[in-house]
Amino acid sequence: METANYYKTDMEFFIDMQRCIGCQACVVACAECETNGHESMIHVNYVDRAHTIQTTVQVCMHCEDPVCARVCPADAISKDEFGVVHTANTARCIGCSNCVVACPFGVPFKQEQYDLMMKCNLCYDRTSAGKKPMCATVCPSGALYYGSREEMSRMRPQSSPVNHFLFGNEEVTTKVNIMMPAGATVLQVYE
Amino acid sequence: MSKLPVDPQTLIAAFGPHLNYPPREGYAGRDEPDKVVETHCCFCGMQCGIKLLVKENHVVGFEPWMEFPFNEGRLCPKGVQRYLQNNHPDRLLSPLQRVEGKGFEPAGWDSALDQTVAAIRSIQGRYGNDAFAVLSGVSLTNEKSYLMGKFARVALKTKNLDYNGRLCMVSAGAGNKKAFGLDRGSNNYSDLKGAEVIMICGANVSETFPTLTYWVWQARDLGAKLIVVDPRLIPLARTADLHLDIRPGTDSALYGAMLKYIVDNNLVDHDFIREHTSGFDAAVEAVKDYTLEWAEAVTGIDREKIRQAAQWWGQANTSFLLHARGIEHHSKGVDNVLACINLVLATGRIGKPYCGYATITGQGNGQGGREHGHKCDQLPGNRDINNPEHRKYIAGVWGIEEAALPGQGYTAYELIEAIHRGEVKGLLSICFNPLVSLPNSNYVRAALEKLEFYVAIDFFLNETARYADIVLAGSLHEEEEGTVTTAEGRVTRIRQAVTPPGDARTDTAIILELAARLGAKDKFSFGSSEDIFNELRIASKGGTADYYGITYEKIEKQMGVFWPCPSLEHPGTPRLWEDRKFATPDGKAHFNPVPYREPGEVTDDTYPVVLTTGRVVSQYLSGTQTRRIGKLVDQYPEPLLEIHPQLAAKYGIRQREIVKVATRRGEAEFPANIVETIRKDTVFIPYHWPGQKSVNQLTPGTLDPVSKIPEFKVCACRLEPTGRIAPAGQAQAYNSI
Repeated sequence: METANYYKTDMEFFIDMQRCIGCQACVVACAECETNGHESMIHVNYVDRAHTIQTTVQVCMHCEDPVCARVCPADAISKDEFGVVHTANTARCIGCSNCVVACPFGVPFKQEQYDLMMKCNLCYDRTSAGKKPMCATVCPSGALYYGSREEMSRMRPQSSPVNHFLFGNEEVTTKVNIMMPAGATVLQVYE
Repeated sequence: MSKLPVDPQTLIAAFGPHLNYPPREGYAGRDEPDKVVETHCCFCGMQCGIKLLVKENHVVGFEPWMEFPFNEGRLCPKGVQRYLQNNHPDRLLSPLQRVEGKGFEPAGWDSALDQTVAAIRSIQGRYGNDAFAVLSGVSLTNEKSYLMGKFARVALKTKNLDYNGRLCMVSAGAGNKKAFGLDRGSNNYSDLKGAEVIMICGANVSETFPTLTYWVWQARDLGAKLIVVDPRLIPLARTADLHLDIRPGTDSALYGAMLKYIVDNNLVDHDFIREHTSGFDAAVEAVKDYTLEWAEAVTGIDREKIRQAAQWWGQANTSFLLHARGIEHHSKGVDNVLACINLVLATGRIGKPYCGYATITGQGNGQGGREHGHKCDQLPGNRDINNPEHRKYIAGVWGIEEAALPGQGYTAYELIEAIHRGEVKGLLSICFNPLVSLPNSNYVRAALEKLEFYVAIDFFLNETARYADIVLAGSLHEEEEGTVTTAEGRVTRIRQAVTPPGDARTDTAIILELAARLGAKDKFSFGSSEDIFNELRIASKGGTADYYGITYEKIEKQMGVFWPCPSLEHPGTPRLWEDRKFATPDGKAHFNPVPYREPGEVTDDTYPVVLTTGRVVSQYLSGTQTRRIGKLVDQYPEPLLEIHPQLAAKYGIRQREIVKVATRRGEAEFPANIVETIRKDTVFIPYHWPGQKSVNQLTPGTLDPVSKIPEFKVCACRLEPTGRIAPAGQAQAYNSI
């Protein structure tokens, strides 16, 4: 296994919704992390179970300019030199839920029992030691994948990673990629 | 006396199922484990590699095992949570004896074993040796499977030994033996990667073998077409190139029509058929009337979709056909398997890179278990118990006279029937929960109550074991050394991570001690699991499933060895039939004619709807283990009746309304889940739950005439809405009585 004692900057996170089988391996694996207090930071949901079996999987997208951090009145959310947006600093977080409301991807959630916001920190304990995040390690279908961009283009030539999103006129660029049909460069979320 | 000693609520309070959740801060010592043990998941036939973290003789967590070649760290939710069966409050810590009016009380090992041996002797003395039967299971390692087979035949001297693989892949095994002369998937899964067409027939891969999904996608990324045959739009079918939404019970009609199409359109490999097969003409003759129109009428699949599937299948250069219980759990399960094999042989795409065919064996050691142990018609090495040469060889290995080796006994469900008839009076079970997993469970319960004596070996008190007189506290997967053989035919190493807790013993130690007390100590003098494996190697030598060249050291060094491996120098056989020498007597692969016939039960005015059953991703088989793990239960808390909105509307059924489902066997109530992802004439209910929540109260005991597999996948039912809406929240189905 490729291990190192540092963060590997050539490794990226890729999400491919068409492969998600809704099994929740990522959800239960994420919750295994004791720093989360056995809460999962991942959201797997049926889109509309009455009509389709399709599920979506959402991890933190680690935005280039994270709106969660911008709206935080306590300055509890920070982005590090590798572009990882960290979960709220527990000493600073006031549990106001501004970030929960502001995130365009619906990632952070408030843990009422701790009065704290919690979200994915890209398994910093693992990624900073050269390992893959737990969810992308266990995902049995490859819907969540952690590897190099070169590796991805070799393995999945029919898809392109996209990390530009348009929410109306609001442009968001993220560290995490969504796999789209080959050639796609942007994901327009709604008009 | 095999009745419940006390009311079931009292038993559940004492022995569960209770739900185990990890502590919020995680188990102590996880960050500084005493050891990290490379082993495998205890559940399905994928046998994913996993590392268990051990602190002070407790499994406290897991780490992905990135180096194991099949799954490279990938796991499903069951694998992630499998470690929680350790440290479980329901774990049996000592032998138990039944106490009327009270339940079960701890018994010393001497007392429990003495009572067991006395009861065995009494029953066999009065009614004959075969009146004592054994029901075993293939979550057991190869070593334990082998040991159970030898124990039943040499120590108990009974012919009546069968196993829960009878509910798993016996139709595939029988079909493979007819066609290829050998019972193993022909290819390992790396041959999926370059297949142009992958056809998955009756296998809910994404829920029952989730980690196999990755291999299917690797092929799709390179342009492979995926055809999924299933009455439901399963998660893998959602994005498939073709989803053939087949009416349950009509599988062989589809594959027959596809065979006719590729023959009529000259999409077959004439050279391969001529040189390496027999029976082609008869197989084609049997399907000569199976037009696309006819197939559409029988299967309910649009004829153009059938034509497209046949066209893709016929013209491909490389391909892989996979099937599982969806086509095998039928009274014509063997027919369905043979119809699939005919499609493979007609195109000659076997024994070459990216040209594959395999059943996906369901249970952890479904493959190895049936080869070496406890299948009533087989002896080690996949030998035939009715073949005089095979009998002689095994009798020699075991040091007994051939005449003393019992013959073929009853299969699992037939054993239940034999108990009803009074032929079988005593039972030993290990690793099998027939009250949940066999069909027609009311009939199974009545059989248990007729037993004079029942002893169960298990680590939890499963629903069946509640009827036992004596319960012997055995071992978990991670509490013994051993090997298993995966669905690919890869023999892998299971490592002991911890020793059994309390006064529990390893299954091996229990069986060896019972054998000794039955007077067969000299035949059961193994010092370790590896000793047993070494005898298994010799016993399998020269059989089709030849393990002679496989050693623990070699498995560890190569990360698994594919059988056959006949010599120590042999590297193993990841892909069969590369030499075109099939294991049949004439060395050819055999086509078999498959004329279509109806399933054992068809719909009528009284029972107008088709009922089919299956699994969900978060539960495993009868749930003995997974109904005790909190998050897995939370993920899918209760069995739901999946029903199409049009069928629901016909009966006025609303979402989550409780519906009474009745068949000729019984009735049960399930909340409706109204979804468009199922055929309009079919309802689906998953089977992992006990008691009143068990769909096996409804399923039929119709058996395949060859494989004796029960027909779980199709029967006729009636739907009656009750007007009550199921309350939200915890359903308490996991411990239903």
